[in-house]
Formats: sequence, structure tokens, C-alpha cells
Amino acid sequence: MSEGFAEIWRMGLRNRGFVIGGVITLLFVALAALALIWTPYPVEEIVVARRFQGISSAHWLGTDQFGRDLVSLLMAGAVNSVAVAIVAVGLGVGIGVPLGAIAAARQGWLDEILMRANDFAFAFPALLSAVMITALAGPGAINSIIAIGIFNIPVFARLTRGAALVVWKREFILAARVAGKGPVRISIEHILPNISSVLIVQITIQFALAILAEAGLSYLGLGTQPPQPSWGKMLNEAQTLMFLAPQLAVFPGFAIALTVLGLNLFGDGLRDVLDPRLRRER
Amino acid sequence: MPAGSQPLLQVEDLVREYRLPRESLFGPPSRFRAVNCVSFSIEQGKSFGIVGESGCGKSTLARTVMGLEQPASGRVLLEGQDIFDLPARELRSLRRKFQMVFQDPYGSLDPRFKVERIVAEPLEVLLPNVSRSERRERVEETLNSVGLKPTDADRYPHEFSGGQRQRVAIARALITEPSLIVADEPVSALDVSVQAQVLNLIMDLQTRRGLTFLFISHDLSVVRHITDEVAVMYAGEILETGPTHRVFSDPQHSYTKSLISAVPYPDPRRCRRLRRAARPAGAR
Repeated sequence: MSEGFAEIWRMGLRNRGFVIGGVITLLFVALAALALIWTPYPVEEIVVARRFQGISSAHWLGTDQFGRDLVSLLMAGAVNSVAVAIVAVGLGVGIGVPLGAIAAARQGWLDEILMRANDFAFAFPALLSAVMITALAGPGAINSIIAIGIFNIPVFARLTRGAALVVWKREFILAARVAGKGPVRISIEHILPNISSVLIVQITIQFALAILAEAGLSYLGLGTQPPQPSWGKMLNEAQTLMFLAPQLAVFPGFAIALTVLGLNLFGDGLRDVLDPRLRRER
Repeated sequence: MPAGSQPLLQVEDLVREYRLPRESLFGPPSRFRAVNCVSFSIEQGKSFGIVGESGCGKSTLARTVMGLEQPASGRVLLEGQDIFDLPARELRSLRRKFQMVFQDPYGSLDPRFKVERIVAEPLEVLLPNVSRSERRERVEETLNSVGLKPTDADRYPHEFSGGQRQRVAIARALITEPSLIVADEPVSALDVSVQAQVLNLIMDLQTRRGLTFLFISHDLSVVRHITDEVAVMYAGEILETGPTHRVFSDPQHSYTKSLISAVPYPDPRRCRRLRRAARPAGAR
């Protein structure tokens, strides 16, 4: 487990999914970062005269019904996706991991209560509930982040508990208790570092799911609101123009699919690299 | 309390039970007594062995003596102080005086910690006033005393062999300068040649530092080699206790007799000759 960074890197380069997924993910994040400081055209600039333009050297992917540059929109949409996914997954990790760690450390009735509450949350289809939450609390980027985040909590709580229980049975935990450490200190210093690879893999996969969920909510008009660009929103707007300008639907759809595919490949590859045992068990 | 007049460790009527799954929906869950009314005591500076077959409750006994498991009844007195009577905080600080070496040197060291941190862990928690530089110094000193190099402190456990790892585990147990060390099958996971080295180290430490050992093993020849007194355990109970040489030369209980007769001798023909000459059975 503690091969060190160089070893992981070497093993990663031999894993095709890790390399391809990693390149796509890196590209996606780099484009989002670039969009923070520069896009080919201002995103909010509406020029009706140049609407529905096809692919050209001035507008690589054409323009939309308001004459906005599609490349710029996609880049700005990537920023939106990354921001939503980071906060939503962060929420899931920040609350779910401590809950799972507490459940594993305490066992007994507390574990039982936490995990049954978890099952309760799991019983609802995540996206449907997110739709319900945003419908009740009102559409908007913040509410969609909270809705997606809430359904990341049980995922991380369950994963953390399961992985932590395995580590709690190891002898070095007994040794840490003999050294005088209490459950909180053991959880932080021994349990979490030893389950970090499982968590990292899950974070990449949840990241992809969060991007997908955000696109879904925005598509339904419950997520990011105009004029802020978002891939789901773009798909929604392109829907009625399908036959007039199919590229308006194709490119955002392609962006979503490619990003999710890249993150999934990266996550799967990362799992194989970080924990070869897990791959064989699957 | 005069420390010299009383045994360092006293175990009185210790019972450790596990609850088994219910057999019927309304019946009470049945219980399994892994340790049943076990009593013994160890004098300061002595080494006390517990032998028995796998699953007889030796390891449970060791963990209960260490206060890692809660007994159903009975007492464990360290220097006259019942460890289960103490609040969690005080028990934690008392741990400075009794440490443990585990069976599996591959499992008892956190793979993500460097040796320095592993060895220093009890020191860091139990004596937090020790400064960082002094801690490093003591780690190097202790590594030295178990036959490792001071530079080994900067390596990870997976870079060591089984025997070296067990030395690391022993160094870790020694660093707070405890008076009692509970060793649960410390050599059974090691190669025979390495076993001897680690056993010699343990005996050497015992004489040099005046340590008291509770030594748990299923291996009779190991126990015989290393302990002053021995208790034979079967199905959670102690059948026979006594000085090691007495128990081995003149076992009282039939189980002890069959256990001792099952030990293979390095040279059976010689042993048979010796036995015929009416010497104590199993003398080497």
C-alpha cells in the first residue's frame, strides 16, 4: 500500500484506462481553469447577427440561437460543472466520511441508527429526490448542489464504514490501543490513511455522477439558471432547435459524455493501480 | 503500596464471555466462555508462559489482561491496581507500564507509518512531554537495543523481513520502559531460524532490563526454553500451573501429559535411551 508516489505513477502508466481517463480529466479541468481567465468570446455577448453559424475558423464549433460562441459556452459550462461537482462531492465526503468513521468506531446502537438512516436515504432514487428537493426549495445552482451533495453523503458513509470495519480488525489497531490511543485518534491517524485509496477512487466516480446529475437538473430547468452557462441548460435549449442546428445539442452532449467517460475510466484505473486486490475480487 | 511484596501482575477469576447468535427468536442468546475463571500471578522479573492448543482462549486472555477486552467478571491487578476499575483516561496513562507484542509482525505495524513513528507511537501518546528530538534519540536507542540500525527508523515496515519487523514491534513495546510485556505468540509467524534469534533477544532483554513477561504460545519447546513458570490452558481454563521445569518433567494433569508427549524430539533414539535410563521425560 505504501509503495510511494513513483511506484503508483509507474503502475498507472501501464494501465490504459488510467492514462486515457487521466488525459481526458486533465483536459477537462484545464479547460475549466482556462475559462476562469479567458474564453475565445465573452460568454454573455449576444450578437443576433451571427446566430446559428456553422463551424468556421472564427467560431470553431459554431454559434447558438443568440449568436454566442459555442466553444466559449462549453468552456464556461465546464467551470460550472467542476464547481458544482467539487462542492457537492465535498459535502458528501465532509459529512459522509465522519459519519461512516464514527459508525465503524462506535459500533452498537449508534452504528445501527446511522446505517438505517443511510439505508433510508439510499432507498430513494438519487436524481428523482434531487429533482424533488430543487422543486421544493426552488431551482438554482446552490440548491442543486445541496440536493446532489445530500445523496453523496450515504454513499461515502457506507463506503467509509465498510472499509473502516476491515481496518479496525487489523492488529495494528490493537497495537495503537495498547499505545494508549482512543477511538477518535485511531480513526484519524490509522483508519483514514488506510482507506484513503478507496475513498479517492469513489471521489472520482462520484465526481462523474455529480456532473451528470447537475446536467440532468439543469436540463430540467432546476439547476443552474441562465444566463450562467451550463451543459444541461444548453441541451435543453438545443432541444427545440434539433433540426435547425443539431450541433447545438451534439457538442454539449458530447462534452458531458466524454467528461463522464473520462472520469469513470480514470476512477477505474486508479482503483486498479491503488489496490490491485480489489480488481481481482470484482 | 510496597511494590516488592506483591506480584507485578495478578489475574483473579477472570471470565471473558462472547455472545453467540440466538438459536431461536425468543430464546436468550447463548454465551461462549472463551476464558473461564482464570487466576494466576507473576512475580516481578519473572517470565510466565501460557501454553495450549489453538482456540483454547490464550489470545483472548492476553487481550483481556491488556484491557483491550472487557471481562464478564474477575480482576486484573497491575501493581495491585485493578485496571478495569480505572477510568479510561487513567487506564490509558497506566499503559506506559504494560505493553504488548503481537503475533503477526505483518499485521501489527501500520503499513503507512515509518518505523520511527511506529516505535515512537506509545511514547508520543503516553509521554507527550518528551520533546521531538529526545523522542528520535530514544527511538534510535531502542532500535539499537533490539539489534536494528538507527537508520532503520526512516524505513517502512514492508522493507523489513518478518524477524526484523518483530524486532520493531518489540522496540515499540520497550520504548516507554514498561515493567510488564505481554507477548502473544511473538515468534509463531516466523521462520524457525529467525524464531531462535527473536527468542534470544527476548531473554536477553529480560535479564538485562529485569522485564516481566507474560508469554503466550502453542509451542511447548519455545515456552520451555524461555519461561520460569507455566500455565497449561485448555478450553478456557487453566488446568495446571507450576515452575516450568516441574510441569515439563512431572506433569500432573493428563492433558498436560499428552501435550508434552506430543512434542517432537530432535533425536528420538537418544530420548528413548534417556527415558529408559529413568531420566525425566523430554530432557535434552
